[in-house]
Amino acid sequence: MDKIKSIEELRKLREQAQSFLKARQGEAKAKIYISMGTVGIAAGARDVLLAILDELQKRNFTDVQIIERGSMGLDVEEPVVVVERDGVKVFYGHVTPDMAREIVASHVINGQIVSDWVIAKE
Amino acid sequence: MKIYRIHALICAGAQCLAAGGNGLEDALKEELKKHDLTEEVNIVETGCMGSCELGPLMVVYPEGVIYTKVKPEDAAEIVEEHFLKGRPVKRLLWKQEEKRFPTLSEVPFFAKQTKIVLRNCGLINPEDINEYIAQGGYEALAKALTEMTPEDVIKVIKDSGLRGRGGAGFPTGQKWEFAYKQQSDTKYIICNADEGDPGAYMDRSVLEGDPHSVLEGMAIAGYAIGAQKGYIYIRAEYPLAVKRLEIAIKQARAAGLLGKNIFGTNFSFDIELRMGAGAFVCGEETALINSIEGKRGEPRKKPPFPAQKGVFGKPTVINNVETLANVPVIIEKGAQFFRKFGTEKSPGTKVFALAGKVNITGLVEVPLGTPLRTIVFDIGGGIPEGHTFKAAQTGGPSGGVIPAEYLDVPMDYENLPQLGTIMGSGGLIVMDETSCMVDVAKFFLKFTVDESCGKCTPCREGTRQMLNILEKITSGNGTMEDIDRLEKLGNIIKLTSLCGLGQTAPNPVLSTLRYFRDEYIAHIKDKKCPANVCSMRGAKNERKVVNRRPA
Repeated sequence: MDKIKSIEELRKLREQAQSFLKARQGEAKAKIYISMGTVGIAAGARDVLLAILDELQKRNFTDVQIIERGSMGLDVEEPVVVVERDGVKVFYGHVTPDMAREIVASHVINGQIVSDWVIAKE
Repeated sequence: MKIYRIHALICAGAQCLAAGGNGLEDALKEELKKHDLTEEVNIVETGCMGSCELGPLMVVYPEGVIYTKVKPEDAAEIVEEHFLKGRPVKRLLWKQEEKRFPTLSEVPFFAKQTKIVLRNCGLINPEDINEYIAQGGYEALAKALTEMTPEDVIKVIKDSGLRGRGGAGFPTGQKWEFAYKQQSDTKYIICNADEGDPGAYMDRSVLEGDPHSVLEGMAIAGYAIGAQKGYIYIRAEYPLAVKRLEIAIKQARAAGLLGKNIFGTNFSFDIELRMGAGAFVCGEETALINSIEGKRGEPRKKPPFPAQKGVFGKPTVINNVETLANVPVIIEKGAQFFRKFGTEKSPGTKVFALAGKVNITGLVEVPLGTPLRTIVFDIGGGIPEGHTFKAAQTGGPSGGVIPAEYLDVPMDYENLPQLGTIMGSGGLIVMDETSCMVDVAKFFLKFTVDESCGKCTPCREGTRQMLNILEKITSGNGTMEDIDRLEKLGNIIKLTSLCGLGQTAPNPVLSTLRYFRDEYIAHIKDKKCPANVCSMRGAKNERKVVNRRPA
């Protein structure tokens, strides 16, 4: 690694490294829950998950937790993705990888709910 | 940097590796590959998380779910159920009734601790300097070098009231100031990592789990007193700590945080490792200096103190690992922050190695002045079912016992000496009614007899004679005069020994005589060992405790 020559350089390095450790701190701006029960996986939840990760990586957004959950009973709507941001939980149904990318870009990162695909709010 | 949705932190402290954690990382990685999850899950080997009893330990973030006693065989199930399908493996979870998936903040063992020294242990990868920097690492060194004068640094440490965590509790700031005032072109900082108390492993865990915090503390100390070079004197029996330190020093040098002109200033500082061969006396500072110089590990007489004439005859500050790990926090957050914890005369926290007859053995960090009861019962989960607390030994072979009637004593540098014991380096051994106090005293004394370097007569001959008397008593041949003889001899050894080893060696005997004299008398008069530990010649003792069952 390059030598750190000033306090500013140290702080810059710290900021970069900090985002990497974000997941271990318990606090995040947004939380994404994905149902990964048997039905969810059969309906394609894995691909949705990979798309979400890829999109977050592309946009370099790290202030987020991705949590897998079991089925919540809404089998007919699987794959179900829940985004929790600003204290509101929004449920999206029949999510495809492309939809997932859109949800990440507008809701997770920018806080704009993609209302067309919402099936419930909490 | 890469985004992972799961960070799985495996404890890779020496205990957890010994308990079967070796190979867990490889097994998990193998399973991840099978399920094509390597891009999503980050497996990190980290330092000791403290609850060694339940190791090998693994914490899975973002949820913070704790897995206990994880073996390589469990890897397949964890990866498939938890990492792939999001269902934590119930049978491996921390046992707690009210919550289904207890996390770190919900288990009393973790929730009731205050972590300053162990702030990064179990949270970061000790072999990656970036993770230490992410946690604010080296910020304090930068602040000290660019914004503070050496006098400022010493003043902050003095104001914080930090006391040496190696045992004696000498004010660290005062020690630094003393060395700072010495006129010399060369000065040294030594980190004393020669941790030798039976059952104590606080320092090892800090070095294994967060080595950079010690390096940073040493560099700050070097800046404060005007030293360009530091030594870490560490036992060769700590191979993992040595390995992690070597990696940490290498990374710090590569990042320019050790070496010449740190942060572009005039300050240069480098650190070298020196390995000890496991002699207990080398934890004594002057014996340690001799050992670093390549001489026989025997103490020197004081004065001159090391701060005047230390290693190679130059002014030297010797600080304990835990003391140095506190330094970056104090410099970064200020003396007042540090004083928020602990008591007026003993600020800050202390790490204890909780061992013996207690449910959750392991490392606990609590504010100084925390009652013994809180440590043993609230954090340690109490005594195994069916047994009662009898006493706790603090300070290892240099300390004494705290009996049950003083369970509420605040653990700090003022209150413990009043009970005839010392804080020591943080060993805390809990004993129940199956422990014979005479036998305990004999055990610790035997240790110091073995470890006495033999340089001064009181320690070499005196402790040997005390041990002979104890052996006489525990074999059923003692007389009442022996008790007086033990006390007299013990007090003379304390007053006349050259170094701390001899000066404290009689403590376990004197302390058990103070609180458990009746047990000594039972051995002598009734030829009976109340706890049924000692084999008394000709006496038929029933075993009182038949089957011990751990909770």
